[in-house]
Amino acid sequence: MRAKAYLGLDIGSISTKGVVIDDNLNILSSEYIWTKADPIGAVKRLLPVIKKNLDTDKYRIAAVGVTGSARKLIGAITEAAIVKNEITAHAVGTMSLYPDVRTIFEIGGQDSKIIIVENGFVVDYAMNTLCAAGTGAFLSSQADRLGVAVEEFGEIALTSDKPTRIAARCTVFAESDLIHKAQIGHKKKDIIAGLCHAVVTNYLNNVGKGKKISAPVVFQGGVSKNVGVKKAFEDAVGYEVIVDPNSHLIGALGVAILAKKSNSDGDFDLNIVDIEFVTKGVECGKCANNCEIICVYQDDVLIDFWGNKCEKGALKKL
Amino acid sequence: MDKTRVTFPHLGSYFVPLEILFTAGLGVEYIIPPPITSKTLEIGSKYSPDFVCSPFKYNLGNYIESIEAGANTMLQVGGDCRLQYYGELHEQILRDLGYDIRFINMSEAEFIKPLTFYNQLKEVSPNMSLTKVAMILPVIVKMAKYIDEAEDYIRKNVGFEIKAGTFERMHKRFLNELRKVRTVKSLNSTMQKYMRIFKSIPVNKPKRPLRVGIIGEYYTIMEPFSNHFIEKELATMGIVVDRWMNITNSVFNKSKEDAKEHIAKYAKYNMGATCMMTIDVALSFAKKKYDGIIHVKSFGCTPETDAIPVLQNISADYKIPILFFSFDSQTSETGIKTRLEAFYDMILMRKDVI
Repeated sequence: MRAKAYLGLDIGSISTKGVVIDDNLNILSSEYIWTKADPIGAVKRLLPVIKKNLDTDKYRIAAVGVTGSARKLIGAITEAAIVKNEITAHAVGTMSLYPDVRTIFEIGGQDSKIIIVENGFVVDYAMNTLCAAGTGAFLSSQADRLGVAVEEFGEIALTSDKPTRIAARCTVFAESDLIHKAQIGHKKKDIIAGLCHAVVTNYLNNVGKGKKISAPVVFQGGVSKNVGVKKAFEDAVGYEVIVDPNSHLIGALGVAILAKKSNSDGDFDLNIVDIEFVTKGVECGKCANNCEIICVYQDDVLIDFWGNKCEKGALKKL
Repeated sequence: MDKTRVTFPHLGSYFVPLEILFTAGLGVEYIIPPPITSKTLEIGSKYSPDFVCSPFKYNLGNYIESIEAGANTMLQVGGDCRLQYYGELHEQILRDLGYDIRFINMSEAEFIKPLTFYNQLKEVSPNMSLTKVAMILPVIVKMAKYIDEAEDYIRKNVGFEIKAGTFERMHKRFLNELRKVRTVKSLNSTMQKYMRIFKSIPVNKPKRPLRVGIIGEYYTIMEPFSNHFIEKELATMGIVVDRWMNITNSVFNKSKEDAKEHIAKYAKYNMGATCMMTIDVALSFAKKKYDGIIHVKSFGCTPETDAIPVLQNISADYKIPILFFSFDSQTSETGIKTRLEAFYDMILMRKDVI
């Protein structure tokens, strides 16, 4: 008999992550790819890689958990046992690795969050609201402008001993300030280090505003791979900031653990690639709200829908 | 000008007593604004300054949709914040758009001179009979209180109804029946009848359900569309929702002095509008050991922004989680859902531990 394993999927705005764990929460297989604004396509590209690295003669996927901004859509097509918000998923994932964690910093592609933990449970959290300054998307677009690969950003930043001060309240202003500083002759490495500091300042002043930061601090999400930002965080908060080797996978790990806890026992087919999924947006039109109802079809059969504000927009599921 | 057809922007269910005040009391026609939809906000935002607080935009949308439904006399009130300037600006915008309407701006009346209110109302209805107004006033005041009482009961129970939608259906019927009421006697019997109905709706309430208190800015907290039906969302998660803010408590029972005394440890000076009440109520929810508090406001609401640091102190002292929402015309539905779900997970896990 094949042992149980659990698949966690984290479909974010920029990247899609998958993790398979066994009953002892060991990671059996994992992958990280770009979403490219096509969550269904990303999952279809992700799963074959997950499958390749997994000993399918020994393990079967007993339950699937989904998180991230496309969780509802992917939850519907994978018939997930659990669909969870990113905040809970990240908290659960982190606490499985660092049981005594007190503060979690998470910076992803489009959003960033802070989670405060006390005695093993979440007591407070916040998420960025209006602005994407200080997230991964901001760093990648600035890397493009500077002609540097975003992956090299951190290493370059560490070589600077005089980071340029960059106004970081807003992405657009940060960009014009960056251009200005470059034009008046600041060195590229100092500007890059300055950007890392700007991300941290922005984060602590917005998402982290009013939150009590205590150690141990764990930093995760795609941006945590940037050693320059990690260093800037340490300078700002005065504690060591822990970055796990799997820091980009923690959300997926967390939701895989939640899938395990859901006690569902199925046999998820990783060959979802062959099934055709189509989403269609329909305008309800039954009142002035004109809700856009998203319908998900599997091989032309409606399997789920959402977006309607009231019963008038409810459709019949087959 | 044609026959007077008055309108006032939506605020929860209070259009019912307002309609009676104007029709039975002042003897003029009253146009209930069409129900708020995304279209209302769209129209309101189109003609409003972008950075104004969102209640202004909703109100403007209500005016324009009401004018299209036949209203020709707009009413606006004043307050302790930007609300005081709403009327003047609304009137100017409507005139600039070319609407030939009458605008009654109550913020020009003065509380210490009751005659100024009388003069304002006289403008709406030149032939008004003071006797009729005096007859209907006790009815509508009591009606507002009854609506608040019924809705308070609903908020605390709707999350546990066995057949989804029962409370909402009965609540609609309740309001429809209230619209026909003209005397205190019929009001009392309608209220008794419906409270019996509400209390007989079967609910499956656990012994220690999760309890969440809602606090925040006047309009956003009381107009469900503007807070993205947050109370309904919480109810579907199986939570008892408690809200102090309503007309009864804020207008008829309010005591700023009491609030000031209660919160002396946290705030010394009045920071305007609903700020002191928000802090006072948050403190009472914390002392009652609620599982969490949700603070709602429109983006840019200064008094409520000032309340936030104080609320964070209460949160730390009483170990009660507070979730902050700031709504404007561009709030994403997904973002609200994510935060609410996480809030639910958090208070549920805490409850299991405590």
